[in-house]
Amino acid sequence: MVRSHNEDSIAADAANGLVVLADGMGGYNAGEVASGMATTVIVSEMRQILASARPYDVDPSSNEEVAARLVREQVLKANSSIFQAAQSQPQYAGMGTTLVVCLFYDNRILVAHLGDSRLYLLRDGNFRQVTRDHSLLQEQIDSGIITAEQAKKAAHKNLVTKALGIDPTVEPELHEYPTNPGDIYLLCSDGLCDMVEDEDIGMTLQALGGNLKLAAQQLVQMANDNGGRDNVSVILVRVLREYPGPRGVMAKMFAWLK
Amino acid sequence: MAKLILSMDGLVLKEIPLTKERTTIGRKPHNDIQIDNLAVSGEHAVIVTILNDSFLEDLGSTNGTVVNGNPIKKHFLQNNDVIELGKYKLKFVGEAAPAASAEKADFEKTMVLRPSAMKAAAVPAGGGAQAAVAARQAAVQAAAASAAATGVADKDARPAPTLTPVAPAAAPAAASAAAPAAAPAKPAQPLGAIQLLSGVNAGKELELTKPLTTLGKPGVQVAVLTRRPQGYFITHVEGGSRPSVNGQEIGPAPHALKDHDVIELAGVKMEFFLKA
Repeated sequence: MVRSHNEDSIAADAANGLVVLADGMGGYNAGEVASGMATTVIVSEMRQILASARPYDVDPSSNEEVAARLVREQVLKANSSIFQAAQSQPQYAGMGTTLVVCLFYDNRILVAHLGDSRLYLLRDGNFRQVTRDHSLLQEQIDSGIITAEQAKKAAHKNLVTKALGIDPTVEPELHEYPTNPGDIYLLCSDGLCDMVEDEDIGMTLQALGGNLKLAAQQLVQMANDNGGRDNVSVILVRVLREYPGPRGVMAKMFAWLK
Repeated sequence: MAKLILSMDGLVLKEIPLTKERTTIGRKPHNDIQIDNLAVSGEHAVIVTILNDSFLEDLGSTNGTVVNGNPIKKHFLQNNDVIELGKYKLKFVGEAAPAASAEKADFEKTMVLRPSAMKAAAVPAGGGAQAAVAARQAAVQAAAASAAATGVADKDARPAPTLTPVAPAAAPAAASAAAPAAAPAKPAQPLGAIQLLSGVNAGKELELTKPLTTLGKPGVQVAVLTRRPQGYFITHVEGGSRPSVNGQEIGPAPHALKDHDVIELAGVKMEFFLKA
């Protein structure tokens, strides 16, 4: 069984260190529309903002860095665009999308997510899941109703508890982590992690880390070889070197002069 | 969705889903299914798909179109029909068999679950979802039972490597409920192995049991051997030159390995073979 529509969307802006992955849902082509809107809105808005602002700038009013606020605002903007489209056009009613947004800046990664699309990290040979799904299954695992092992066989893998574009407003889960050179980050839709064991994904990244394009192809191929019932999307990001934000006395001087 | 499986001499070449209303078959490149063989006419035939029905029509081809051994002009395709075009065969796999699987596929669509949408979610989704929704409302044990019960039918039963530990109280009961889900037998596939023919480890044998095995020296030349349902493939990963198979350098795409192929990589020769 192969799905005729691709409901996943991905977008990347390497210059600004931004990657976005979305897995849409909704009848006919509404899922594609929702995920496409999410990636387009977020990448284009962020690109505009980052042309004039730096994510590690400190907001004088709140004394906090602007990165988290920027990402949250753009996710909310995408949410209202999708929600309004769904309200105003009957063929899009009820559409929505999962989302993973990663912004790399100043030796850190800021990740925002909604739903069951995931971020994984391969660091020093250890492969682990970074995000926690917003899904019924994850809630059941957390509350101890079922074990992670049983979850693999559960029939309701597909029920997400949070998504973009379903409600007038949404609170994305945001986290910030330090990055190391050599880290490989994997963003994927459930089409990959439902079909391929985490262990095999980790092994693939470790073996093919030298060639990310090939690694991405291999992951999609593995999902398809295992039955690949859903769309499969992956984004791979490798941290090549340190990328500290240019701060310090000189940078501050320039900031004043501007 | 119906699909066609293209094969020659019993070897599957590719699968083509019938996504379009008209799927054309012919030798010329503008066809949806191009078969570059002189026995196939430029515009040989067309398959018209309306909802779940597909019709095959010969477009006045020179050598004609044969379905299940009979030459046809127009034909209503049934599950497992075999279309012959010269040496090529196209097997039609209809929607028919998977009435159940279609339901399952629908069910696997990602859906959002929230209090106001619960009714809506429960109606179109199957019993499993209803059980799941009810479970969420009632929380606790009911969910464990439904999850375990519906889970038995699912296919993958390998152990879970990660995720959080679980509260011990609920675990024993749930675990025993899931016990009957035994690991299904893997499809029979001959196991491949490589034997080194040169270098310091000449004679050494390596069984290819993992889905992928890397070979070579990082930074110099690395290739990967992947194990897939179709067999084993070698792919170039990194390094200035690509590995060669039987004296011929492979391309950028994965290269299918045959029994007794000789691979040369980073100056070391090795033989690939299939174990009985």
